[in-house]
Amino acid sequence: MSEKSNMNKSPVIKCESVYKIFGNNAEKLLKESNGIVDSKSFHTAGCIVGVNNASFEVHKGEMLVVMGLSGSGKSTLLRCISRLSESTAGKIYIDGEDLNAMNGKELIELRRNKMGMVFQNFALLPHKTVLENIAFPLQVKGITPDQCITKAMEMVDLVGLKGRENYFPRELSGGQQQRVGIARSLAVEPDIWFLDEPFSALDPLIRKEMQDEFLRLQGVLNKTIMFVTHDFDEALRLADRIAIMKDGIIEQLDTPDNIVLNPATEYVKKFTQDVPREKVIKIESIMDPIDPTITNKLKISKNDLIEKIAETILSSKEPLNVIDPKDDKIVGSLNSSKVIKVLFGS
Amino acid sequence: MLSKFKNSRPQQFLLLFFIFLISYFIVPESEGNYLWRLPSLFKDFPLWINNLIYSALYDWFPLKVWDPVFEMYEKKAAIREFTRAISSGVLFLITFIREIFLGGAQTIGTFVSSSWLNSNKWFIWPALPWTAVVAGGMLLGYHLQGVRLALLAGIGACYLSLFGQWEPSMQTLSFVLITAPICFIFGLSLGVWGYLNKKVESALQPILNVAQTMPHFSFLVPVMILFGIGDHAGAIATIIFATPPMVRLTILGLKKISPEVVESGLMSGCNKFQLLFKVLIPTARTDILIGVNQVIMQCLAMTVIASFIGAKGLGFNLKLALNSLKIGKAAEIGICIVIIAIVLDKFSLAWANKQKNYFANLNFCQKNKNLIIFSILLIVCSIFAYIGGLYFNNINYLYLVPYEKGFSISPLLDAGVDWIWETFFYYLNSFNIFLITNILVPMKMAYLGMPVVSTFILVMGAGFIVGGIRSSLIVGSLFLFIALSEYWDRALITMYMATFAVIIATFIGLIVGLSCAQNSKSTAFMLFICDFFQTFPSFVYLIPVILLFGITDTSVLLAAIVYATIPATRYTIEGLKSVPLSLHEAGSMSGVSRIQRLIAIEIPLAFPHIMLGINQTLIFSLFMIVLGALIGTEDLGQIIMGALSRKDGAGVALTLGIFVSFICLAVDHLIRTWSDRQKKLLGIDS
Repeated sequence: MSEKSNMNKSPVIKCESVYKIFGNNAEKLLKESNGIVDSKSFHTAGCIVGVNNASFEVHKGEMLVVMGLSGSGKSTLLRCISRLSESTAGKIYIDGEDLNAMNGKELIELRRNKMGMVFQNFALLPHKTVLENIAFPLQVKGITPDQCITKAMEMVDLVGLKGRENYFPRELSGGQQQRVGIARSLAVEPDIWFLDEPFSALDPLIRKEMQDEFLRLQGVLNKTIMFVTHDFDEALRLADRIAIMKDGIIEQLDTPDNIVLNPATEYVKKFTQDVPREKVIKIESIMDPIDPTITNKLKISKNDLIEKIAETILSSKEPLNVIDPKDDKIVGSLNSSKVIKVLFGS
Repeated sequence: MLSKFKNSRPQQFLLLFFIFLISYFIVPESEGNYLWRLPSLFKDFPLWINNLIYSALYDWFPLKVWDPVFEMYEKKAAIREFTRAISSGVLFLITFIREIFLGGAQTIGTFVSSSWLNSNKWFIWPALPWTAVVAGGMLLGYHLQGVRLALLAGIGACYLSLFGQWEPSMQTLSFVLITAPICFIFGLSLGVWGYLNKKVESALQPILNVAQTMPHFSFLVPVMILFGIGDHAGAIATIIFATPPMVRLTILGLKKISPEVVESGLMSGCNKFQLLFKVLIPTARTDILIGVNQVIMQCLAMTVIASFIGAKGLGFNLKLALNSLKIGKAAEIGICIVIIAIVLDKFSLAWANKQKNYFANLNFCQKNKNLIIFSILLIVCSIFAYIGGLYFNNINYLYLVPYEKGFSISPLLDAGVDWIWETFFYYLNSFNIFLITNILVPMKMAYLGMPVVSTFILVMGAGFIVGGIRSSLIVGSLFLFIALSEYWDRALITMYMATFAVIIATFIGLIVGLSCAQNSKSTAFMLFICDFFQTFPSFVYLIPVILLFGITDTSVLLAAIVYATIPATRYTIEGLKSVPLSLHEAGSMSGVSRIQRLIAIEIPLAFPHIMLGINQTLIFSLFMIVLGALIGTEDLGQIIMGALSRKDGAGVALTLGIFVSFICLAVDHLIRTWSDRQKKLLGIDS
């Protein structure tokens, strides 16, 4: 997990009270309702609520995972932010600029330079080879064919598809096709990276592999990411922060640790109660204040997952110091009863 | 009891039939009785259309046009100038391509004044020697696909030349080379427009439906009036007829594109044009290519019909041969048409599947190697032709084998024909007489004896049972339009012939399809046969039947049956193939025998799809029946033929074409509605 960036820098993506309602008189109904949208009453009026008053920020280098079940509005939200759909109300700012106020040309420029998107069913152009697919956004920008090919070859190396440049999508497996999708989305070196359930169409073992790949890529590239998934475990594994959505409303937006430790609603609790906490929570989130009386020389890193130090801490009768691995300074303490309470308590 | 009746379709149909029979026998035959025949309220409709066309040509929007002969401004209708301009444009294009192959001075003549040309008579563009064209064709075939295509092109072209059909073949080829791309561009543009704009699409659907079900002949007279006679008129009629399938398939292909692909195009930063040309159209490629294929086949199928308004080429010669009953000759020419069809079909498919190689860094020689080889071959062949000119006295065989001077298998074919005629005459004749007396004539009388109210009870009742009030009204109004004209009786005759043909064709198609669908090899073989026969222009089917049965209803019906069996077979096979494998397996596991599985599982599930085939079977039979009017049957087709020489010809032709189209549309509607319902009930995705 990458470091959280400074909060005082302006956010890359900022949403203020975004609504997306489907239906003929959506705007009218929304105005009349004055911001209080009840999906049932809207449904009887013939409208479907996709996104209901979403407000949040995504900072540079941060990965925000939007998680929810089918129909929760997560894909709709993503499409509003990439402006593949027009939001019914609210403001969306990309790098400080109002997204919905952009005209066609500005939007195209934005997409050509700053945005990249990966799709659930890969969305590769069937008549083009791997190389041509990856080079497509560059070609659309007007870059010369030679430069396109060079850059596309770099991307092929990056995602590990060397040797398959001249294959067609139908000749590749699902995982390989998605790698092409990833390479294509990165070809223009975008600052913002959208991923819409990119691994949902792959089988479980490949999915895990791809998640590892993805983490590796993010470690190298450090992009600002919005990632949509319905898999809570995937969200926990990948995210800096998770936004859990239900019926268009963001139920909770927080770090994985905090969501597991302090679920905000009953709905969130349903997801968190079966999560193996030792695999998710970091020491940092559960440590107690510095205890000067500790004499034991054993040290625990604050960035470790509980499971890594579980044996150490649970077999120690006394509390241990928690340090920050960057400068070896003591930042807190932890004892076994706290760990037991977190792991097995209600 | 009532609810049981409501749910049982067969019982409803039985009741309908019962009511129909009662009305049939009750209503007496009498001219004044409206229950027998409706008054001809629409009698003047053809005349009205005619007047419309004429006033459009001569009265509307007059423009001032400079007439160089009289040296003054004349008033000419804008529409007429417009059609004139189109005619000249199309004619120029066709002549241009034609002259590349066959030589001539007309293209040059449009650019240079005629007086200069007269004094410099040597300045004629020479024809390409046929050897050079064969070589070029083989080269192109090799470049597109490989040795097999090259051989096909080579052998085909050699046949055309050696059998003395070179000139007409090149005329037909140049015709198709102009009409097919124009249809492609029109069809693609309209299809894209319809895809992007819902309103345009809904407006297009009925127009396409009518255009595709109207017989070819109907377009001829109006086109003749608006555009004159000649190659350009034939081309324009062909374009009108061949564009609808392209539009349909373009829209179908574009609609099939997954929304994600469109989104990925948008997110890659495409503007509208890039999205259309780089994402949408290439992704819809398969269906668009089927459209191209269809366009080429239609253009060729129209060669004979286009010759009626002056298009030169193989079609013209075929018509002549048939009219003078030279069957052997006609068969030979038919083979030429089929060869061109197959070669163009394979070429277009190969061109579509060609891949590009980005990494080959080729120098100039290699990149243009085909062009260089072709130029060399051209020079070589020209040298041969020149030598041939010195060697042969009258006819330079290495340059151009003139018409009718090549080999010919027509004496053979004619001899064969005569032998068949002599040996089987007695059997054929008695079969013919038997069929006419015992089956066809009674059927015809039965149909003609139908009071109009009975017909309406039958069709509207069927519509009601199948699709409710809406269907019954649609079908009723389509038939009403016909019933209110003067041509109801003729329409009845057409319908009796169509019914007969459809029943037999479906029956044969079912049997053949069922037996072939048993294993995959025979399935593939049968589908190949269907494809092969479908490249034949419809006219070709008339040749053998006229030979055997003379000019009677029988020949036309037999030709219609053969022609219509193709879609019946194809749809049966496809329907049976589309039954999900899991159902077959479920049946086997329950322990059914092969026959039981066929009857209980496969046929019921395949039936909706097979019924769609009946729709196509009907259209095919109607086309052939109308075509058969060329040889003198008494139905609608014959009047359309006669319309070519009548005063209100244009109106009559269009009106009757619309009638045939309406019959097709009515039956199509009934079948489609029923088929969709059945599919939903059975849970099959269409």
